[in-house]
Amino acid sequence: MTTDLFHDRRVTAGLLAEIAGLAGRAPAPVRLMEVCGTHTMAIHRHGLKDLLREAGVEMISGPGCPVCVTPDGYHETAIRLVTERENFILATFGDMTRIPTRLGSLQTAVPARGSAVKIVYSPAEAFETARRNPSKEVVFFGAGFETTIPAITVTALRALSERLDRFSVLTAFWTIPAPLRAILTAGEARISGFLYPGHVSAIIGLEPYRFVAREFGLPGAVSGFEPADILLGIRSVLEQIRDGRPRVDNAYARVVRTEGNPAARAVMEDALEPCDALWRGLGRIPGSGLRFKPQAAAVDAAGKYGLRPSDDAGDAPGCRCGEVLRGILSPSRCGLFGRTCTPEHPRGPCMVSLEGACLVHHKYRGPVRAVKRKI
Amino acid sequence: MCLAIPVRVVGIDPSGETGKVDYLGTKIGANFALIKDIRVGDWVIVHAGFAISRLDENEARETLDMLREVQRAGEG
Repeated sequence: MTTDLFHDRRVTAGLLAEIAGLAGRAPAPVRLMEVCGTHTMAIHRHGLKDLLREAGVEMISGPGCPVCVTPDGYHETAIRLVTERENFILATFGDMTRIPTRLGSLQTAVPARGSAVKIVYSPAEAFETARRNPSKEVVFFGAGFETTIPAITVTALRALSERLDRFSVLTAFWTIPAPLRAILTAGEARISGFLYPGHVSAIIGLEPYRFVAREFGLPGAVSGFEPADILLGIRSVLEQIRDGRPRVDNAYARVVRTEGNPAARAVMEDALEPCDALWRGLGRIPGSGLRFKPQAAAVDAAGKYGLRPSDDAGDAPGCRCGEVLRGILSPSRCGLFGRTCTPEHPRGPCMVSLEGACLVHHKYRGPVRAVKRKI
Repeated sequence: MCLAIPVRVVGIDPSGETGKVDYLGTKIGANFALIKDIRVGDWVIVHAGFAISRLDENEARETLDMLREVQRAGEG
């Protein structure tokens, strides 16, 4: 399957020209939120951020980085598990081990005797770790949106069916539509429309976003991650503004079905139930998280080990990741950005995660701060 | 965490639940529990080791046709 056209300069130039024409006739300013962190990365990596700005479209990063929205309380809980319990393996994705908290990070933590932190690429790897280490308890610290939640849940259900009772999951499960409502209700991000995530939508489909058009009158489109994909999505949003007919368009139909992935949704519906969840930057949002149903209690690390991530673990002094995640602050306007907060020495999660807006800005736009320094 | 590019299924284990995909020329393991009736040759999106969506070739073709149109308009 050729992907050349998705990167073709004539194609992207043509789409950008159409976008500029549409943006010129739309009420200014045109501010579109890319909800997904992978979009943030792709938009910067392909140089689209500046090209779109020239075309009259300002792209704003949203809350779409699971590692970033997971509050410090969860990370501290994971650190406590591995530093206080012996013969214990805490498995998680690489980014998760570098989040700085009051207790340091999983990377700097000194595990208790016989315990360890293990970086995995897939929850299935954590499960195999449990199988291969009969003398250890293994907890997979799983932060994710609907893209990742089914994979983690399938793995947890497998542990249940195989009665591998040394394996459990510390869930930090976030669902994407809820924070969009929170951001729109707050009204502070002044958004004209959304670029909806590609792979979250591959699971949940289009229906969960319809309230945005229906209740808030705002357009949106699901898009893929190649340059032409992103521009097709943005063109669709602008066409909806021109026509005065906001809806949820699917500009990534080769991957995203209207109904999403029914098998993955069934896995989630069978084993998980909605719960209130505390988001970094967005606060507590009713029904915005997922947790294991009582019949899956054996794989729920929170219940098994009596864990309750504390609510009072605030961000590092001066860290403004919360505002970045709400779409009201550009990373370079944070006082720490590029000075005391860098990819080598991150102070907040948005400078850690590969999808974090601060890391992406630093990597592709340099450490220059937008606010002039006093000399 | 997210490869975000399509990969091709090159092998399926007897269980039907796991197998191999070709990622830029390298064969890597993947789990197919979330895809119904997976077949060798299918293009899928893999995330955290799990295939989460099968590519629809007709839709892919339609998008490519649309991009070709934009390309032609630019040349004209």
